[in-house]
Amino acid sequence: MQSNWSQSAAETEGLTVEQAIANLQSPDLSLRYYAAWWLGKFRVNMPAAVEALIVALEDEADRTELGGYPLRRNAARALGKLGDTQAVPGLIRCLACEDYYVREAAAQSLGMLDAPAAILPLMELLTGGVEEAVPVPGRPHLTQPYDSVIEALGALQAKQAISLIQPFLEHPQAKVQYAATRAMYQLTQEDSYGQSLVKALEGNDLQLRRTALSDLGAIGYLPAREAIARCAVENSFKLLALKGLLEHQAKLHEAPTQDTIQVMTLMDSLL
Amino acid sequence: MTEAQALIRAVEQADSAPRLVAAVQDLASAEVEAGISTLIAVLGYNNPTAAVAAVQGLIQIGSPAVQPLIEQLDDYNYGARAYAIRALAAIADPRALDILLASAATDFAPSVRRAAAKGLGALRWSELPTNERSTAQVKALETLELILQDADWSIRYAAIVGLQRLATTSELTSQIQGKFAQLLATEKDAAVRSRVQFAQAQLFSITSD
Repeated sequence: MQSNWSQSAAETEGLTVEQAIANLQSPDLSLRYYAAWWLGKFRVNMPAAVEALIVALEDEADRTELGGYPLRRNAARALGKLGDTQAVPGLIRCLACEDYYVREAAAQSLGMLDAPAAILPLMELLTGGVEEAVPVPGRPHLTQPYDSVIEALGALQAKQAISLIQPFLEHPQAKVQYAATRAMYQLTQEDSYGQSLVKALEGNDLQLRRTALSDLGAIGYLPAREAIARCAVENSFKLLALKGLLEHQAKLHEAPTQDTIQVMTLMDSLL
Repeated sequence: MTEAQALIRAVEQADSAPRLVAAVQDLASAEVEAGISTLIAVLGYNNPTAAVAAVQGLIQIGSPAVQPLIEQLDDYNYGARAYAIRALAAIADPRALDILLASAATDFAPSVRRAAAKGLGALRWSELPTNERSTAQVKALETLELILQDADWSIRYAAIVGLQRLATTSELTSQIQGKFAQLLATEKDAAVRSRVQFAQAQLFSITSD
């Protein structure tokens, strides 16, 4: 696999690749945690890094007071960015971890990898339907990372999950609704789903406007470009969403088109 | 009290976000030099609508706002700094060169760096004495080339926008075209690659006239 990490940029951040990989086994747990983040941040997709991160998915040493696995979370997040499908079996096992945040990170990363094998295990997390998708008492999250699971299924083009995802369009939490809308667009290409995310850009909650922006970027919904550029959100979020539109078009056309030129002109205006 | 003083007082005494926005819009459209400091202060009020109106006002005032913008650059509030750099970039007065060079290369906030990189490409070079012009342009080129190696795609994207503009405002066109050709061989980010191709097409249509 071609390595795409930037050595000069990475090494100015104070670690070398060898150190980071070695630090994943360090007796100092905070060094392990940082190394996992660092390898993902700089996309160090060398086999030794991928293997060490896969081992870290089973870590037992780094535990929070509530029983969470911080190192596993960071390793799972990093593996999504490295694009190596060797990580898929380990990430699928993480979907059963008792730590919600490990399950969430694993679902997100499986959505980024070309991992058809993850479709059924991801669908299993939705089997209780909206009725079971309720808050866990005393915690700031639902029983499962529904938004991440649904987004991953959309990204993996899991058409067999459509009837499972559709009821989540009515979930009481907006971010779950948006995730379902986004996935339904990816699975059906029906314009109405794209349009409802565009409407969400007018909402009153800044955090939700940011979520809708990122959803539109993820699905590459070109008709949203002007609405994205106008939305009352920081420029950096708008740039990232427009970048999603641009990347989507770049996959379809070798050279810039009228559409991509309009997107880039909007991006230029946000610099 | 002069009309300008009344407009400034309205900004200072605004007691709600909508009143602040309205007062800033009034002061901005008056385009009075007495209002410059107040407009610059608004950039740090954490009210994006008011800040955008203030930036527009500062751009309209133009050259007289340049020195105050440089002197009152907010070291602690990067949001305010990004607005100020956007104003300096749009006014395009070459007295902003040093601050744009430093901001593009070393500011910790990507929004500030992007605004500075874009601004570096399109300063009004003709306002510099002839003997300083090409040195200034080369400094802009070197800084933009340096930040093309940044790990953040948005910084590289902004550097390309800056370089495209520099290619049309300076004598460095063929050098920059060579850099773009080189970049396509190494750049992996699809969005940044698209921007390089767009820049190449724009430059080709200009140079082949």
